[in-house]
Amino acid sequence: MNCPQARPLIALYADGELDAARILELEQHLRDCPTCAAAWNNLRNLKKTVKQDALFFAAPTELRKQLKAELRSQVETGPRGILGIWNWLTTGTTAVAAVCLALLLIVTLNRPAAQEQLAQEVVSSHVRALMANHALDVASSDQHTVKPWFDGKLDFSPPVKDLAAKDFPLIGGRLDYLDGRAVAALVFQHRKHVINLFVWPVAGKDLSPATLMPIQGYNPVHWSEDGMTFWAVSDLNETELLEFAQDFRGN
Amino acid sequence: MDERERLKSFEQTVLPHLDAAYNLARWLAGNDHDARDVAQEASLRAFRFFAGFRGDNARVWLLTIVRNTFYTWLRKNRPPETTIEIGDEALAVEDVSVNADVLNSRLADVRLVRQAIEELPVEFREIVILREMEGFSYKEIAELADVPIGTVMSRLARARKQLQQRLGAELKPGGQP
Repeated sequence: MNCPQARPLIALYADGELDAARILELEQHLRDCPTCAAAWNNLRNLKKTVKQDALFFAAPTELRKQLKAELRSQVETGPRGILGIWNWLTTGTTAVAAVCLALLLIVTLNRPAAQEQLAQEVVSSHVRALMANHALDVASSDQHTVKPWFDGKLDFSPPVKDLAAKDFPLIGGRLDYLDGRAVAALVFQHRKHVINLFVWPVAGKDLSPATLMPIQGYNPVHWSEDGMTFWAVSDLNETELLEFAQDFRGN
Repeated sequence: MDERERLKSFEQTVLPHLDAAYNLARWLAGNDHDARDVAQEASLRAFRFFAGFRGDNARVWLLTIVRNTFYTWLRKNRPPETTIEIGDEALAVEDVSVNADVLNSRLADVRLVRQAIEELPVEFREIVILREMEGFSYKEIAELADVPIGTVMSRLARARKQLQQRLGAELKPGGQP
């Protein structure tokens, strides 16, 4: 290993992010090269310094007390009534609150257990597709390719739209399994983020406007119309995902 | 889950990380008053979303909420801090041009070090706190800050270089240890 190879690895080594094989090579180089060894020493000293207790701000005791008191009073008065929603709105961002209001968004803090379970399933499905690198069965930005692909694979025909003009280009689709049935997953992209839109038919009333169901750091957005139910999930922030929902619905 | 049960579980799982939450808020906001507001609001938000928490790392989860709460608060309350556009620069930026003895004596001065960290741009500062004080992995930081791992690495490298330079500022360039 020479210096140009060793240099970028020093930080990885110091941070415990270097793989075993390269650790050995780098350690050998550090024994041989005083310049790189000096860089390593400087970095190690810097790390130790920043980590010292004197630089850590522990939470003030009053903060801890206030917080516990506030949490207790929320639990006792019931945070999920009107007051709870009001608190959520006032503590949420002004921008998000404005968008929420604009979309007449209902945040269902009191969502039924079945919906919560479904939200969980949708998020897991999204994560699984990304982890397994299996986001697409059919890769196409052409809605006239993606829609017919589902024919014969599903007992319904999902609405497919390309939203490239809105900066949410369609990149393809795949089959997925949710809520005990085969469903269509339409895959969109926004910058580097992937959006999965799960669609399947349901009986019952339309659910409009789109509803945000935060779970596990994800913000699935859910709505139903024309006998279909829709779940959009992404690691995008809630504002952008709501915009996506709005664009998809053509509002 | 019953509300009281939920609170009990929250107190056991999440509140032990209140120190970490306040520390991050304090370094981001720069003063105690604002840091308390951010940490408290983030903790209350965390409690509201706690039903959705299924992960195994409550500290990463709480600090993600602290960070989001901070940036929301920042947009409402302050003109934007200078942000820095970061390209895909090479990561080979460890600085060996500072004299180790002088650097070490500066590093021993907590006040100087604190000031040097405070002077980092906020995007650099948060990554230094998360990496060095919390010991989070690159991957955890990338997820928390919603940036690619490469960005975490380049910000960290640049933050460190900047700290070394500030703390060794009076030195002649090229002075080898």
